[in-house]
Amino acid sequence: MMDLQIVSQISSFLAALVLLTAFGMLVQKRVYGLIHLFAWQGLFLSLNTAVVGFVANKHHLYISSVLTLSLKVVLLPYILHVLINRLKIRKEVETVVNIPMTMMIGIALVIFSYHLTAPIRQLSTLITRSTLAVALATVMLGLLMMITRRHAVTQIIGFLALENGLFFAATSATYGMPLVVELGVALDVLIAAFIFGIFFFHIHTTFDTLDVEQMAKLKEEN
Amino acid sequence: MNSSVMLLVLLGVPFCASVVLAFVGDRKFAPEINILGSAATFAVGIGLALEVYVQGPMLAGGRFFFVDAFNVYLSVLTAFVSMTTAVFSRRYMRREREHGRVGHVGMRFYHAMFQLFIFAMLLCLLTNNVGVLWIAMELATLSTVLLVSLYRTPTAIEAAWKYFILCGVGIAQALFGTVLLYFAAEKVLGEGGEALLWTNLIRVSGSLEPTVLSLAFVFLMVGYGTKVGLVPLHNWLPDAHSEGPTPISAVLSGLLLNIALYALVRCKVLVDGSTHTHHAGNIMMGFGLLSIIVAAFSLLRQKDIKRMFSYSSIEHMGVATFAFGLGGPIATFGALLHMLVHSLAKSAIFFTVGHASQMHRSQDMARIRGLFRGNPLVGWGLMFGVMAIAGMPPFGIFTSEFLILTATMKDAPYLTPFLLLGLGVAFAALFRKVQPMVAGDVPSYQKAMKVAHLPVILHLVLVLAIGLYMPDFLNSWFHTAVELLK
Repeated sequence: MMDLQIVSQISSFLAALVLLTAFGMLVQKRVYGLIHLFAWQGLFLSLNTAVVGFVANKHHLYISSVLTLSLKVVLLPYILHVLINRLKIRKEVETVVNIPMTMMIGIALVIFSYHLTAPIRQLSTLITRSTLAVALATVMLGLLMMITRRHAVTQIIGFLALENGLFFAATSATYGMPLVVELGVALDVLIAAFIFGIFFFHIHTTFDTLDVEQMAKLKEEN
Repeated sequence: MNSSVMLLVLLGVPFCASVVLAFVGDRKFAPEINILGSAATFAVGIGLALEVYVQGPMLAGGRFFFVDAFNVYLSVLTAFVSMTTAVFSRRYMRREREHGRVGHVGMRFYHAMFQLFIFAMLLCLLTNNVGVLWIAMELATLSTVLLVSLYRTPTAIEAAWKYFILCGVGIAQALFGTVLLYFAAEKVLGEGGEALLWTNLIRVSGSLEPTVLSLAFVFLMVGYGTKVGLVPLHNWLPDAHSEGPTPISAVLSGLLLNIALYALVRCKVLVDGSTHTHHAGNIMMGFGLLSIIVAAFSLLRQKDIKRMFSYSSIEHMGVATFAFGLGGPIATFGALLHMLVHSLAKSAIFFTVGHASQMHRSQDMARIRGLFRGNPLVGWGLMFGVMAIAGMPPFGIFTSEFLILTATMKDAPYLTPFLLLGLGVAFAALFRKVQPMVAGDVPSYQKAMKVAHLPVILHLVLVLAIGLYMPDFLNSWFHTAVELLK
């Protein structure tokens, strides 16, 4: 069916955009720009979920899509905006070291993800199966971002991007987890958002900066 | 009482207590509410255990909950240790408040989160849905993150941030593993919530796709393994367990690690059923053995008393993980027993450590001196606790470690020297550090204070009793659990 093919192409295109934003975040230096990129990623993800829901005729995916839209495109970026305005770090620029190297590692991670998910792609009959590798790559890139960056806000955005990847994986491998699980995960993310909000204030008042490099007291002494 | 109602009460009590304490947690009577809530939870837990003991495994609440010999004993243990910790925390937190380390909001927060944490752990244990298990585990982490940073010192905030980030990342891997598990299950069980119910999964585990499950297990192992504190995923643990208030250290070390291991073991059973190989068990044995050895040598280098006992927790979790990985009836029995006695002994140690560090206003082991003379209960409590945790007979940990060693010698003899090395080094390190703290004269800066006797004595007597005589009901529970985990 012609229709189905176009829709599946759209889904792949959106997956590519999700991956693109993940790479963008990896090298974005401005805190402000990062939040925008994160919101865009959420938007692509939400659209993709709706498209998959339409193709596969799974109505519960529409709910997930709306949930993603409200949580990851509206609410979380809004909370982050408010926080960085309050903490007056809106214009902060982070020094990101070794961008070419990070990009190379990122590319290697994408290839690794394709390799790792190969057996699953063979077993799956879903039209979204090819995007599973992209989803795992998004998870890995989020992880990479958390390792390479030293700013508290950046680490949190990396964490949220990682969570985006997990949600994406659930959509592409199985047309979404059961609704009770998705709602529960969303609730956990929401609680986490409040906690990191409080954390930003604590770190900022204690260390006078959100650079987590400052926090290196707890080490093994010899 | 109907079993569904009983489960609802069991989960409802800590949840409601948490909501109430969020408003009145700073009042004078708040610790009593905390104790009362935990005691009620424990009472209902006992009731549930009796029901399971008489009737066998059961499903409840529209198959949302599942109770068998494995999780019911952990639920009772969780409820019991939370109750004694609540008793201990009454005096301890009052004194911390007098010292000005926590304020009004802090106290409210502390009490509310304590109860929420218990709720999350019990939900983790009792749910039948593997997805909900993950959610509850994350909730348990989130509820304790801000308790670790309760004192707002730079090191406490650093520890909490590490805990938040590393456990968040770790547990995210477990979610990916759960997605893969669902992917495999959906093919056999069809779509929807039914495909994530553990009772359904175990029924069809033979027909789940083995390649997918092996891959899923790697992610689940890394994810839940981070929460168990297995080396090399353990970096957050000594910080988080040493910087928070001592009652929280006691429940983190004594209970939360057990719950994470419980989740891991549940997943392992599924994977074994599908792959019919010892693949998952080998991975667990590797992580376990590495944890034992690395933690034992790290023990030697510690200066902070709570940090030292956190490493001891890593070591003991390593022992249990190793034993579950080894499999077989004796090792599994030993591992189940080990989870129980370690939890009791370790929380007792943290209670005495809390008192000792309050008496000296320091967690530095070089400053803690003369505990036998200064306060016999604290001194002897610590001494006996360390004897128990180091695996001296006749305490229960000796029994469990002995069983595990015997099984190792039979099934994997070439690993016995490594296991013995780890246990031996840990034994020596603990005694070398503890001797100077308990013996000798009372230093001038030591302050006398009233301590909570009951929790320490109760825990240590239980550990001793289990070592001397294993009650029948415990024995039959463990045997049933061993059958389940085969």
